[in-house]
Order: sequence, then C-alpha cells, then structure tokens
Amino acid sequence: MSIFISQLFNGLSLGSIMLLIALGLAITFGLMNVINMAHGELIMVGAYATYVMQLIFSKYLPESLFNYYYFIAIPISFLVASFIGYLLEKGIIRFLYNRPTDSLLATWGISLILQQIARSIFGAPNVAVVAPAWMDGGWQIFGITLPYKRLLILSLSIVCIALLYYYLNKTSTGLRIRAVTMNRNMASCLGIFTRKIDSLGFALGAGLAGIAGCSLTLLGPIGPTIGTYYIVDAFMVVILGGIGGLKGTIIGAFGIGMLSTVVEYSFGATMAKVIVFAVIILFLQWKPLGIFSYRTRALD
Amino acid sequence: MKKIFLFLTIFSVIFASGCAMSSALEEKESSDGQNSEQNETDVVKVGILHSLSGTMAISEVSLKDAELMAIEEINNSGGLLGKKIEPVIEDGASDWPTFAEKAKKLLQQDKVATIFGGWTSASRKAMLPVVEQNKGLLWYPVQYEGMESSPNIFYTGATTNQQIVPAVSWLLNNKGKKFFLIGSDYVFPRTANSIIKAQLKAEGGEVVVEEYTPLGHTDYSTVINKMKKVKPDVVFNTLNGDSNVAFFKQLKDAGITSKDVTVMSVSIAEEEIRGIGGEVLAGHLAVWNYFQTTDTPENKAFVEKYKEAYGEERVTDDPIEAAYIAVHLWAEAVKKAGSFEVEKVKEAAKGIEYKAPGGTVKIEGENQHLWKTVRIGEIQPDGQFKEIWNSGEPVKPDPYLKSYSWAEKLSKNNE
Repeated sequence: MSIFISQLFNGLSLGSIMLLIALGLAITFGLMNVINMAHGELIMVGAYATYVMQLIFSKYLPESLFNYYYFIAIPISFLVASFIGYLLEKGIIRFLYNRPTDSLLATWGISLILQQIARSIFGAPNVAVVAPAWMDGGWQIFGITLPYKRLLILSLSIVCIALLYYYLNKTSTGLRIRAVTMNRNMASCLGIFTRKIDSLGFALGAGLAGIAGCSLTLLGPIGPTIGTYYIVDAFMVVILGGIGGLKGTIIGAFGIGMLSTVVEYSFGATMAKVIVFAVIILFLQWKPLGIFSYRTRALD
Repeated sequence: MKKIFLFLTIFSVIFASGCAMSSALEEKESSDGQNSEQNETDVVKVGILHSLSGTMAISEVSLKDAELMAIEEINNSGGLLGKKIEPVIEDGASDWPTFAEKAKKLLQQDKVATIFGGWTSASRKAMLPVVEQNKGLLWYPVQYEGMESSPNIFYTGATTNQQIVPAVSWLLNNKGKKFFLIGSDYVFPRTANSIIKAQLKAEGGEVVVEEYTPLGHTDYSTVINKMKKVKPDVVFNTLNGDSNVAFFKQLKDAGITSKDVTVMSVSIAEEEIRGIGGEVLAGHLAVWNYFQTTDTPENKAFVEKYKEAYGEERVTDDPIEAAYIAVHLWAEAVKKAGSFEVEKVKEAAKGIEYKAPGGTVKIEGENQHLWKTVRIGEIQPDGQFKEIWNSGEPVKPDPYLKSYSWAEKLSKNNE
C-alpha cells in the first residue's frame, strides 16, 4: 500500500516537473507558432542563474542568509531567462515569423550557441548546486517519505499555473495574448500591437523555462547539455495537450507523469519511455489535435 | 538578366574562395613537409585523441592535460632517444566514427609513433580496427569491461578482475548478500552486470533487482521506491554521466544514507564528485586503482605538479593517472627498445615496471594490460576518497576472466 501511495506521489511529482518545463513552450508555440528548439537551453539558463545566485550568496553574504538564496533564485531565474528570451525574439526570431521551418533551424542553432556559451563561461563539467539545508529530508506520512524538494516543486508548479491563469484571464495584457493566440489577423485588425505581444509572450515563455531550470537544480545535474534531456519531453507534453490553452498542457503533463511512473515500476525506465511514446502516438491517431485544442498545429 | 548576374557572382565567389582555401592548404602542407624534413632528426610525433567537445568533454579534457604534462616532463629531462616529443592533438568530439577517422589521420598522415586516446568503450572499439590495420599503437587509459586484448592496444586502466570482481567479493564479505544492480543502458553496464550475476551465483550472493535507465535519465523516484521495497544490502551502481548526479541527489532526499544501504560505484571519481557535491555522496563507496589521496611519494609530487600546471581547484583521478603513466610507460618501452618502431616497442614493453602515483605497475606482456593495485575508497564530504581497503599486491590482469571458473560461459561468448 505504501508503495502505491509512493508511486502516486512520484507520478504527481514527475507530472509537475513535466508541467514546468512544458508551460513556457506551450505559450511560445501556442502564441507565435514558433517551434523553439532552444527551450531546453532556456531551462539551462535558469539552472545556471540559480548556481550563480548560490555563488553570490556564499561569497558575499553572511552564512545565516545562505538558506534563503533559493527564494531569490526563483525570480532571478525568471528574469534572466525572460531577458534572454526577449533578446532572442527581438534579434532573430522576429524576422522568421512567417517562415516556420526557418525558425526551427534558427532556434536549433541558437541552442548550440547557448550551450557553447555556457561551456565557455562555466566550463564543460557539471557544477554543483547545494540546496538550502531546510530542504533536506522529507515529510514522513503514512509510513512513506515525501521529499521536501519534490513537494516544493509540486507547489511551485501549482503556483505558476495559478499566476499564469490569473495573468491570462484577468488582466488586459493577458486578454491581448489570448486574442493573438486565437486569431492573429483579426486581433491585429482590432488594433492590438501584435509585435509587442509577441515579444512579451516569448519573454514570458522563456521566463517560465527559467523557473523550470531553477527547480530542476534540486533534483538533477547542472551542466551545458541538460537542455537536451528535457526538450523532447516538453514537446511531447505540448503536442499531447494541444495548442492554445493551459488545460491541455496541465492534463498532458500529469498524464504523462503518472503513466511513466506506473509503467516504469513494472517494466523499467527504458521500456517506460517506449510505452509512453507509443501511447501518445496512438492517442494522437484518435485525437490528432491533442487533448484540448483551440487551434491546429498547422504551420500556416 | 539580373538573376543570371546574381547567380554568376555567387558562383564565382564560391569558386574563388575554394581556390584560395586549397592553395592555403597546399602551402601549409608543403611548409609542414619542409618542417618535418628539417626536424625529422630531432622530433617524434605522438597522437593525442580525446573528446575535447561534446558530452564526453567533461571527462576527457583532463586526460589530454595529463598526457601533455607527462610529455613536457619527458622533454624537459632530455627528450626520448635524443628527440623531443611533439604532441599532435585531435578532437574525437564524443562521436565514435570521428575517433576512427582521426586515428586514421594520425597514423597515415602525421605518421605518429603512438596514440594516447579514447574514453568510452565505443570510442576504443571504433579505433581498434584502424590501429590494427595501420599497425599502429594505442594506449587506452580507462577502466572497461574487459573481454578484449588487441595486439595493437595497451590498456592502462583496470579490467574487470582489477575493479568489479574484487569489489563484489569484498562487498559479499563485509556488507551483505542482497545486491541491487542499477546501470545505464549500454554495453559497459550490461556486460559488467552479466559478470556480477555470474560471480554472485558462484560466491553465494543474490541479485534482487537488475534495473537499467537510458543515458541521460534524470528521474530516479521509481528506482528508489523499488529499493525501499526490496531493502538490499548493497547497490552496485554502473550509471554513467549526468544520471549519477540525479540518482544520488534523489537518493539523499529520499532519506537513504550510506548507513541504510552501501552504494558501490565504478564510474564516480574525484572529477564527477565535483559535479555532484561531496556532502551528497558522503559515506558511499567507489572502487578504483588510484585516488588523489593515495599515499605514495610519487603521488604527492604528481598532484602538486598537476595543480600547479592547471589550477588549484583541479583534481586528479584514476583515468587521469592512467593517462599520465601511459605516456611514461611508452617512453620506458621506447628507451628499452632503442627505437620507435611499434613491434620493437611492444616487445620491449613486456614486463616493464613503473613506480606510478597509484602504486607500482607492471606491463603484462600476454595481454598488454597492467598489473594494478585494487583500492576501495569511501567518499568524504570534502570530495576526496578515504581508502578503506586495498589488495596489498598489484593484481594480475585477466581480461577474459580465465582464472575464474564461474566466468567460463562469459569468456566463451566473447573470445
């Protein structure tokens, strides 16, 4: 029984990680139809921002404050990643809006450049991020241990969803973003400055990737190539969930997370990847546009 | 008309740059030719072939550094047979066909006397046919899964009976009988685990779980859950690369410490500990032939020199030491043979002993491996190893495990 609850929690945890990494992609893909192959590297940027925060805190600030560096790291990762996303958009992607295959290639090139920049600044080997001491250990309940770090990531993903939902549905900028997502030409006719919304949307998506990177430092490696581990999963979630809204992404992420964990227990991690992939492909035969879709994925 | 004009302009630009490039190449080749003619008498070229870019660069760049340091030492003390060693450095780029291609280039074009290179078994297996066909010599400095002994390769890293097999015996005697095997899904862990399974069957151990995860996998919650259910005495870890970071971080978070279960790793050395964090790994074990803390006068000097050359924060580990001694062993063989010719060097190399930083080693002529001391170390919070057991004497290398009756079936499959 405790194994069952443990696995349930693991599924939720994996789902929350999938959600964080895919959220940014859902926005950029949904909003601007840009296939952003550099999304994984934006995650890496967030992770390295956390590392730098840790360095700053350990070098320049007193011991006692070290435990709080993580709270600052989250918004800093968001800002750094969204700034880089903003630069990318203004500098390169803006010129490629009506050329989707070109944007695919260009963002792939950008991902390689970002990886090499990370290697040049931080070195090729992984760097170690020490989590604050209060995060160690877990919550003992029902005879199982729920690690605090995973609980933090779970709550972080819920908070992100809530904030994003509020932003998109209750603010006027959010309204404009949704309008441009649904029908770009019509929104433009109605006086919405689509270029500005695009930059904003891309920066937002990149910022979310940064937060994902920050949370991943708790669980996994931090190095120049970590983006490549997550990019495929991010695209799987977005395509399964459908373009245009948050609901699909949420259900897609948790669905994949739970399925992966359940299959992995019996069949091992390699088979789990294969089976999950096969299930997604079968599902797409039934519902080609994903779970919830407001738009087609056609690159027109 | 405009279109044709544009096309002609582009075409001629490409053509002109092509000509310029090829003439530049010719110049370089001819000047190289001149140089090599002039310097034929006072320089001998050796090849250094490691991944300087790509996913393996993390590990392999330090091997290149160690080899360059050894070459500099030899050059500073008068060179080799009156000649200075000139390293020709090539980048395998973590791509195995590139290793084969560069090995061919080093042997055929640069005519190097020997190559120091490789890390993954895949890179070695790619270079093997090239080195054999071109009658070259390769020195391979990394521990591997054995079952190989090419006449053109010298193996300065541990083979299975100098790393995995003694570790399993020690664990059975000291820690318990229930083994949980976790590894990355490729040739080395799978081969290593088949050896471990055969050994456990023969020596009275039990494999409770054998699990593989893809390279680059980062979510170990399910594996750790299984571990909690099964309660093994020992976890034998053959994960490689970034997966190790994720695994140990998550293991610690789940509240499993080295007191609850012993984790023995074969792919975690001082360099990898830096990327994971000493506090995360504290108390866990690894088995190698060399630690930075190994207490020999040669090692003290070696570590000091390495840090001086490359930085105080750099660490030395087993593959780095093996790469360093490969260069010196080759130099010793050349001196003994009085020639750089591959066959003469191979013949002279048999039985050469050398005081390595990790203890005295001896080249075993029969299979061109080294006699090496086996060491088990416990990771300390500062990221270094504290040795808790060693084999006393250097162990004779046995890549086909011929001296173990339980390994009969395994070696038959591979010979």
